[in-house]
This record gives sequence, C-alpha cells and structure tokens, in this order.
Amino acid sequence: MYAQLVETGAKRLKTKEEMSPEEREFQEKVDAETKIEPKNWMPEGYRKTLVRQISQHAHSEVVGMLPEGNWVTRAPTLKRKLQLMAKIQDEAGHGLYLYSAMETLGADRDEEIEKLHQGKAKYSSIFNYPTLNWADMGAVGWLVDGAAIVNQVVLQRTSYGPYSRAMIRICKEESFHQRQGYQILLDMMREGTEEQKAMVQDAINRLWWPALMMFGPHDDESPNSQQSMAWKIKRKSNDELRQMFIDQTVPQLEFLGCTAPDPDLKYNEETGHYDFGEINWQEFYDVLKGNGPCNRERIKTRKNAIDEGAWVREAAVAYAEKQKQRAQAA
Amino acid sequence: MTQAEALKEYLLRLADSDMILGQRLCELCGKAPALEEEMALMNVALDLVGQARNWYEYAAELIDDGRDADKLAFRRDAHDYRNLLLTEQPNEDYAVTMGRQFFFDVWHYFTLKSLTESSDERVAGIAAKALKEATYHLRRSSEWVKRLGDGTEESHRRMQEAVDILWRFTGELITPDDTDRVMAEAGVGPDPDQLAKDWRGMVNEVLTQATLTPGAEDAWMYMGGKHGEHTEHLGFILAEMQFLQRAYPDATTW
Repeated sequence: MYAQLVETGAKRLKTKEEMSPEEREFQEKVDAETKIEPKNWMPEGYRKTLVRQISQHAHSEVVGMLPEGNWVTRAPTLKRKLQLMAKIQDEAGHGLYLYSAMETLGADRDEEIEKLHQGKAKYSSIFNYPTLNWADMGAVGWLVDGAAIVNQVVLQRTSYGPYSRAMIRICKEESFHQRQGYQILLDMMREGTEEQKAMVQDAINRLWWPALMMFGPHDDESPNSQQSMAWKIKRKSNDELRQMFIDQTVPQLEFLGCTAPDPDLKYNEETGHYDFGEINWQEFYDVLKGNGPCNRERIKTRKNAIDEGAWVREAAVAYAEKQKQRAQAA
Repeated sequence: MTQAEALKEYLLRLADSDMILGQRLCELCGKAPALEEEMALMNVALDLVGQARNWYEYAAELIDDGRDADKLAFRRDAHDYRNLLLTEQPNEDYAVTMGRQFFFDVWHYFTLKSLTESSDERVAGIAAKALKEATYHLRRSSEWVKRLGDGTEESHRRMQEAVDILWRFTGELITPDDTDRVMAEAGVGPDPDQLAKDWRGMVNEVLTQATLTPGAEDAWMYMGGKHGEHTEHLGFILAEMQFLQRAYPDATTW
C-alpha cells in the first residue's frame, strides 16, 4: 500500500436523504459497481480524495526508487544488476502512469510534486527506512512490493476508472518484482555463506515492522476509511489487508528458514489466521511526521533533482518554441 | 599480436565501455531533471549493461581460464579494465552527462553498425541486437545536445562547456592502435579511417545544428583507457561497483 491516512474531508457519511440528486445518482452508480470516468460528475470530496491518494501513490513510486538506487551501483552480479535496473525503470514508469491518472482529475503534476517537496504531501512511510545491505533489495521486493500488491489487487476494483486500470497494469509488474525479490533471499539462504544468510535475517528484522505499517493505522484509528469505503475508492480496511498480508507472508518466511522479529507471531487454529504483536504506532506517526531515519534525505534528493534540473527543462521548452517558430517561418 | 589475442582484447574494450558508462548512469537514479528522463536514463543504462554482459560472455569463452562474465566485470582491477576514458568521466551537470553520452553514442553507433558485418558471426549477432538500442540512444542524445545547445543562454553556455571539458577524451574513440588494426584487417572490427570520418561527420553536423563549436581536430588528446591507463575516476567507480564481490569473495551465489 502506497497511500496512508488519505484525507477525505468527511467527518461522517451522508445519508441518502441528505444527498443532493447528483450525489445520490453518483452513489448509486458506485454501489452498482459502474466505474466513474473523468467526464462524469463527482462530489468534490471524492475528487480531492482521489487526487491525494493517487498522488501519494505516484510519489511513493518515485521516492521508492531512492532506496534501490542506493544499491543499484553495488549489485553483486550482472543478472541482479539488470533486474534491479529494470525494476527501477518500471517504478519510474508507474510514477508517470499514476501522475497521468491523477491529471484526469484536473490536478497538476508539477503542483503536486511541489507539495511533496514542501513536506505537505505524503508518500509511503516505508521509503524513509535505509537499505543497509544487499539483502534489503530482496526484502524490499518481497515485503514492500508484496504489501503493495495486497492493497493494489483490491484497488483494481476501485471505483475510479483510470485508477483502476492503472492498478491492473501496475499489479502485473509488481508481482514480478515480488517474485524476484523473494528469489534473491531464497538463493542466499539456500546457497549463500553464513554471512549472506545473516544479511537476509538482518534485512527482515529491519523491514518487517515497517512493512506492516504500510497498511496504515488500525481501522478504529482511521477516520477517513469509512468515506473512502463508501465511495469504493478503498475496498478493504487497513486491518483486513494487513491480516491478508501476514497470512500469505508467514509461510513464505518459514520456507526461507528465517524468523520475524515478533515473539507474538503464531498461527491461531481457531481463527485460521496468524496472530501478531502490536505495531509500534509511535514510530509510525513519527515517521509520517517526518521523523524517520531517511525522511530528510529522501525529500532533499528529490527536491535537488527537480530544482537543479530546472535549467534543463527550461532549455527543452525554449528549444521546442524555437523549432515551432522555425516551422512557421518556413 | 595474433588475431585471437586481439579479439579477446577487443571484446573486453566493448564490454568495459558499456559497463562503465552504464554504471555512471546508474549513479543518477532518482536524480534526473524530470521523471521522463529518469526512465530514459535507466533504460539506456539497462541496454548498456545488457550489452556488456553479452560481450563479457563471449570474451569469457575465448579467454577460457575459468572466469565467467561476472568475474570479468567484478573481479578485475582498474589496470585490467579496457574502457574508453570518456565513459568513466563523472556525471557533473546534465550537459556533461548528455555530451558524454552523445560522443559515445556516435562512436558506438558506427562501431556497432560496422560490427554487424563482422567476419566473426558471434560478434555480428551481438552487434545486430545492440545496434537497435544504440540507434535509439544516439537519436536521444543528439536531440538533447541540440535542445541544450540551442535552448536558453544558460543551457548553451553549459553545453559548450561540456563539449570543451569532454573533447580531450574523444581522440581515443577514433585513434586506432594495434588491436584495432588487427581487428580491421581480419574483417572483425571497423575500418579505423572510416570510423573516424563517420564520427567527425556526425559530431560536426549535430554540434553545428546545436549552435555549438567542436574542439580542434589537432587538440591534445588524453588517451590510455584502451590499454588500462585510466583517469583517477575509475578506481572509485570499481571500488563501489565491486564492493560486494571484494568484501565477500567466498560467496558464489547471490
């Protein structure tokens, strides 16, 4: 999940009676699972919520390139280097694709990016953690892309057409990334040296809890969920998604021969799900507020790239303008 | 120098230049001036490292001393690297990045084009696939040189500076040595005179369109990469690129 705590602007749900005729018609369409398209009427809250959610998602793709960029220059084999480069390229593509989906709602890419650089827009908290050894490239693919997929598979059915279609395309590539990530870890655990195995366990120890935090706060602490669910922007609750992720991930963890840094993680025969310990919510809110290990570095890198590239973009515009004038003069 | 020796040397040059330029582009991850450029830079880098792998694999077969493509890429030190000095120069600003890419792409394009007709079928096969990618790279970097050269006052100044900084590394691209000559005579590699002529022709054409001034043809040229004598940059590139392989020499699977 690349969007956390997305504001809807709604304190409570409106009843059918309180809705205007347009709102009622809109809600009926959503309830009937008819996709909302850019030209359709939509409540302003719906539009704003989507802009926030899609832009957060796009920012996450772009910021998410940085922890991988940290290792792409130090990949251990040609094969792994090429895989990581292809993954990073896909992420830039996802970012572009999502910003385009966002622009169908009348938002402007540059303005939304400016909000990110000013610290006003969020991106997934996970990317504020450092990648400290090569196994992190496996663990990020497996856990982070894995958590993102759990959310995004559900978002393929989200009510807004362009977002839903973007999710379908992005999910395919992310499933591929997740398998590659898991394979990195599996190869190191099966055929690696003791040092390599220790890298894998270390990566899991550091990224396990932050991956679970990706699903956002508990349902009863998630004030915006109800409206997002009614609009079918969101299709499952944070806790439901987190449980789905845990249930599918723990067997994979055991297959690796690794452990999670959670003494309370245990299969519950009665519920058929894994029980797990409490997330450190203080850390979660700290990171969201900008106090994670890498928040400052991530934003600074992104801001510098865009600021220092201003003259390049200006040149491209000036050149295009000159070419146009030349074509007209000819 | 026998033809067999020359071929091994020549393949390493192709591979190393692709690899080092690809590595330089990897350094730019997350730092490009626009998201579209982020994608394009990584795409070009991906092509180059992919091509490097193909050349390394063929080189490893011919060298036949138990080293595979990964060992050639990650376990040779700077004095064994055969890349062009141009490819190891730092990214600096986007004008230098694109200028370096453009000078390389022109060389790469004409070299690969000639190699598609190589008497060595394996070389011809790898080159044919690589040429499609290099054709796109050249189109892209030419466009950027023109945009920056003929864009704003600032971009023109920066692009001209980039040309001036990089010019001294371009001589190596078109100055043949024994290896190049043996390869040409065997019909494996390009004719050096033709390559120099083609490179100069296209570089002059694009720079003129970009309102930029090329360096002098008789300017002093910094050479040595093809023989393992590098600038100070390569040691640092390899220190980073080969970190894991050096720190964990017992690891055989990653």
